[in-house]
Amino acid sequence: MQSKTKELDPILEVNNLFASIENLPILKGVTISVNPGEIHAIMGRNGCGKSTLSKIIAGHPSYKITKGEIKFKGNDIQSLEPEERAQSGIFLGFQYPIEIPGVSNLEFLRVATNARRKFLNKEELDTFDFEDLVKEKLDLVKMDSAFLSRSINQGFSGGEKKRNEILQMALLEPKIAILDETDSGLDIDALRVVASGIKKISNEQTGIILITHYQRLLDEIQPDYVHVMSDGQIIKTGESDLALELEKHGYEWTDNFIKEQ
Amino acid sequence: MVSENLVKDVVSEPYKYGFVTDIETEKISKGLNEDTIRLISEKKEEPEYLLNFRLNAFRKWQKMEEPNWADLGYKKINYQDIIYYSAPKQKEKISSLDEVDPKLLETFDKLGIPLTEQKKLTNVAVDAVFDSVSIATTFRKELAEHGVIFCSISEAVKDHSNLIEKYLGSVVPANDNYFAALNSAVFSDGSFVYIPKGVKCPMDLSSYFRINSGDSGQFERTLIIAEESSSVSYLEGCTAPMFDTNTLHAAVVELIALDDASIKYSTVQNWYAGNEEGVGGIFNFVTKRGKCLGKRSKISWSQVETGSAITWKYPSCILLGEESVGEFYSVALTNNLQQADTGTKMIHIGPRTKSTIVSKGISAGNSINSYRGLVKMGSKASGSRNYSQCDSMLIGDQAAANTFPYIQSQQPNSEIEHEASTCRISEDQLFYLQSRGIEFEEAVSMMVSGFCRDVFNQLPMEFAAEADKLLALKLEGSVG
Repeated sequence: MQSKTKELDPILEVNNLFASIENLPILKGVTISVNPGEIHAIMGRNGCGKSTLSKIIAGHPSYKITKGEIKFKGNDIQSLEPEERAQSGIFLGFQYPIEIPGVSNLEFLRVATNARRKFLNKEELDTFDFEDLVKEKLDLVKMDSAFLSRSINQGFSGGEKKRNEILQMALLEPKIAILDETDSGLDIDALRVVASGIKKISNEQTGIILITHYQRLLDEIQPDYVHVMSDGQIIKTGESDLALELEKHGYEWTDNFIKEQ
Repeated sequence: MVSENLVKDVVSEPYKYGFVTDIETEKISKGLNEDTIRLISEKKEEPEYLLNFRLNAFRKWQKMEEPNWADLGYKKINYQDIIYYSAPKQKEKISSLDEVDPKLLETFDKLGIPLTEQKKLTNVAVDAVFDSVSIATTFRKELAEHGVIFCSISEAVKDHSNLIEKYLGSVVPANDNYFAALNSAVFSDGSFVYIPKGVKCPMDLSSYFRINSGDSGQFERTLIIAEESSSVSYLEGCTAPMFDTNTLHAAVVELIALDDASIKYSTVQNWYAGNEEGVGGIFNFVTKRGKCLGKRSKISWSQVETGSAITWKYPSCILLGEESVGEFYSVALTNNLQQADTGTKMIHIGPRTKSTIVSKGISAGNSINSYRGLVKMGSKASGSRNYSQCDSMLIGDQAAANTFPYIQSQQPNSEIEHEASTCRISEDQLFYLQSRGIEFEEAVSMMVSGFCRDVFNQLPMEFAAEADKLLALKLEGSVG
């Protein structure tokens, strides 16, 4: 029984978070709490701070936290390097996965997977064992093994890059995954592949935050909570029907919430 | 930020090879004149033709001017303030390694180059050069069974005088350039390799150059001759202690490949580079050139240049024999206030000759890293081809990279292809790797290795791993 209650402690808590980049305030008091097994969606206009929030949680060095805290499994993570956060189970699926010429995707995935395994006190995988594992995971996102021998994201189409992100999520088995506009730039088929990949990976121990503009991803993956973000704050939180209303009325409708506040 | 502290921690990581061996040395007094040269020649009991070679070079050197066309800035070198001969005191004649001063053996042990019978590297024969002299060469007997000669150049002068007289200065003439002329006048030791006809050298040969004393220059000379249908792979490594003065290293390397012969020459250069403020470090002015004299002969240079305050070297190939092949694969890494001006010359003279140039320059800190290369197609080089690829990687926003390709063609029926690129390790690339759990330092080194892969693939196995590690070590803390 005791372990059950423990699992229901939030995985991620963001409390009254203020942050800026080059002295320009971006986040102005964000609070969000994610429990294991929950799926949260964050929606909002471009530039409202959604991507910033995700990068700050992952530890991007360009942003400065001026106030508030981020707790992962109850511990403040502000002093942790990005790699320490990743090893302990925080995953960020990038909106624009960057190309890294010369570094093989396979080698990258193996080093990353082993860094996580090391943290979990699991045996590190050699090249052969890793290839077996990665081939199994490739099926989840319907990727061809030819992707593995290419440089990281180099020459990948938009959809391939996003699938590569989900592949990484599948390998790293994070405790909290923040997927930043994973649906943008995908056609309907690719969207289904990505969505079904996410669903297969998610489980009762994992929390997921989907950052998105569109209802269509949320048609595929039902969120437990929907948050609307505007000008660095979460201005409204509801259940999945909030996303539908937002789809109907557009973001202008959310301006009223600010006035209400 | 946290990463800034990390940067400071690792930058202060000391140069691993910076120790000084406390050993009694025989040094001649500072300064350079004809008497100095006669003294060096006398100490080495040289035949008269060699003394004349030296004096001739010295007279030409006196009339030459130090070159200033390279993109380098440094305080004028006072050539009278250098000791031109420094040797650890040893017994007159050493018949076996057991008689070598244990301090010297210990020094090379510490550098990872064990020389003694019990510990020596299993697949590589080593010639160990300490300041001005060669102190030991391993595996000589085994090599001799194949007819391979591998010894110090001083011994070769005594035992294989005909080869020295025939080939010394035949690729790099005594008056070739300022530093080659200086070397020709005062060279004290170096390695000599002779591979007889039809022999594939049974193991890699290597020289390890160690500068120990702070006020003497190192002027070594290497000569490698590969007879018809023979082949050899030769490796060269270099380190020096940390001094706050600059030490001059002016070497000459000559390679000769006859019909169907091939020579592969690989260097990992890690001379002391000076501290973060640019104080101290080796001035590395080196002339390396190979002559593909025979038909279908091949000379391949691979270099990983990570050390020295200043690097000035252009390992080159003269492609004389028809269908001969020249290759140059280079990684040059500069950090802090290091300066490197390096590249190659591919001189196509014979018909249907081919050359490949792959250069990867990495500049970090406040360093300057220049590629300078010449591709020349002579009037008889019909059907010849060159491919050049020069890539630069910048780390941080204070470093500089330049590419100076020179192309001269007197032969319309030849092809020259040149590609160049510049990239920068971006914070976002690093963040991407880090956000997957990969440590900051490892992320940098993954990206750098990826960048250098084309060159590392050309290095002998053990060297490639060492080069990879060396780059990672050198770069630690260079990304802020």
